[in-house]
Amino acid sequence: MSERGQFRRVAETGRRPVRLRVDGEAVEALDGDTVLVALLTAGRRLRDNEFERRPRAGFCLMGACQDCWIWRPDGGRVRACSTPVADGMDLLTRSPLEQWSIRAS
Amino acid sequence: MVDPRIVIVGAGPAGTRAAETVVRHGLRPVVLDEAPQSGGQIYRRQPPGFSRDAKVLYGFEAGRAGRLHAAFDALAGKVEHHPGTLVWTVRDGAVHTAPADGGAVGRFPYDALVLATGACDRVIPFPGWTTAGVYTLGAAQVALKYQACAIGGRVVFLGTGPLLYLVAYQYAKAGAEVAAVLDTTGFAAKAMALPKLLAVLPALAKGLYYLGWLRSRGIAIHEGVVPVRVDGADAVEGVVFRSASGEERRIACDAVGFGYGLQSETQLADLAGCRFAYEPQSRQWLPEADADGRSDVAGVYLAGDGRRVRGADFAEMAGELAALAALGDRGIAVDQARMAALRRGLDRGLRWGQALQAVFPVPHHFLADLPSETVLCRCEGVTVGDARRAADDLDAREINRAKALSRIGMGRCQGRYCGLSAATILADTAGEKPETAMRIRGQAPVKPVPLRTEEAAS
Ligand SMILES: Cc1cc2nc3c(=O)[nH]c(=O)nc-3n(C[C@H](O)[C@H](O)[C@H](O)COP(=O)(O)OP(=O)(O)OC[C@H]3O[C@@H](n4cnc5c(N)ncnc54)[C@H](O)[C@@H]3O)c2cc1C
Ligand code: FES
Repeated sequence: MSERGQFRRVAETGRRPVRLRVDGEAVEALDGDTVLVALLTAGRRLRDNEFERRPRAGFCLMGACQDCWIWRPDGGRVRACSTPVADGMDLLTRSPLEQWSIRAS
Repeated sequence: MVDPRIVIVGAGPAGTRAAETVVRHGLRPVVLDEAPQSGGQIYRRQPPGFSRDAKVLYGFEAGRAGRLHAAFDALAGKVEHHPGTLVWTVRDGAVHTAPADGGAVGRFPYDALVLATGACDRVIPFPGWTTAGVYTLGAAQVALKYQACAIGGRVVFLGTGPLLYLVAYQYAKAGAEVAAVLDTTGFAAKAMALPKLLAVLPALAKGLYYLGWLRSRGIAIHEGVVPVRVDGADAVEGVVFRSASGEERRIACDAVGFGYGLQSETQLADLAGCRFAYEPQSRQWLPEADADGRSDVAGVYLAGDGRRVRGADFAEMAGELAALAALGDRGIAVDQARMAALRRGLDRGLRWGQALQAVFPVPHHFLADLPSETVLCRCEGVTVGDARRAADDLDAREINRAKALSRIGMGRCQGRYCGLSAATILADTAGEKPETAMRIRGQAPVKPVPLRTEEAAS
């Protein structure tokens, strides 16, 4: 995640840093960020759409479009725009089940 | 007599005033909201630990926001408030809930249910609108208000409605780069021509203020545009539009915020069994209710933008009035004069809502000119062409039939963002009036609930 992020912080930058892992890489966010903001201040993609096969980066930010669900390693799902970050959170932008099936084939 | 159980869904302006009214009459309502804090959309609160003051967050509305928050906070201990709680269906006289974080499901039986579920952005698809970095106008505002972020480093705002100039102004004021405002209506020209309306519509006066402010900072404003496409394969690189004079122009940017006003969030009213009626200006089917907010289903009351988009001030009135009606219907003495005053206020609200829609019309006609490969349903990748084929070849002129045949509206968002556009496309293709396509029927759960809870509930 070296590229510049989609989102830009314009204020409230003095908050406590929070560390999470996204697809195995370290990402630093701020306490009070949503998961969506953590990912999109670090990069420009949140997940891929299964039908268009293109990246998505959320759409409504208010829990209506459901275009921001990502995964936990156990296969559980997280709605990124309404879930706050927490230290040590581990997240995947591709379904772990899908990754298994790709590896198996 | 046992106290009636009153359940309120939504803790925005309408839900807050409803709860306050119930408490004032000596009862303890249940208040359920998916959001972690009360306030609803316009008065959404920032997370704990953020420090911007109310004037920065709410601008002209800072006073109102403060009063509404104080009103809700004063109810602490007097209401049973469950924040972070999604209501996923209404069935057999109870609302069914799931916590946002995936804990155990709940069930709240009610004698009276007040639905104050608010609204979300109205969108019309155009080529490239599913590119990463394209957001609704509301989303652009949520990013700023709730997370102190801009949706991009160089943002174009596109569409119509009170939010267009407001959000552009809020961005520029916060120091974000606004590349341009692309107005599909020609708002300034229209508003200037309507001095009478200006007097009754402070929203227009504010709009003109924001517009003037943006102009004075040299921000490009184009009126009467038609969106052509968003450029960029993996992320937004620019927006192409047709100007009022007909030429195609491109603006480089890395994010787009767009929208055409708001649409009511009506799924729970649908599941509760309320009758719906067609509203021609917005082309939305809306749950019916009498002047006080009584639906045709006994015990179910509707208030705020979820019933009809009239804005926050009228949402507050509607919340109070619906609660008074619910209390009065259960034999509790209520102030009839107050109810009459609120009814008059809401009547004004209805006219104001209609005037707003006339000044910021939804450009339904854009749909007829969309290339058929344009994605219509962002969840499942159904295209405009698929919808036209459903109406033409498959004779599916009614949207639920088209849904079964083409998967329109079958995705995770339940057709919130494609349903209204799809109905117009079906009707246009069939050469019928837009209401003939009907509306996508609500289905439980109204939003996905984490699998664990869904299993436990079934
Ligand atoms: C993103 C956005 C930004 C806006 N910004 C402005 C603005 O800057 N200025 C302005 O004048 N107007 C704005 N509006 C319009 C304004 O928000 C509304 O007019 C006003 O908030 C209506 O109040 P309400 O109580 O009817 O609904 P809302 O304030 O929308 O409150 C509805 C509440 O219900 C909850 N809810 C809905 N469904 C469920 C469910 N199934 N389960 C649990 N909870 C649920 C929601 O979480 C929400 O908190 C905005 C609207 C949106 C959508
Ligand atoms: S971005 Fe729409 S639900 Fe999260």
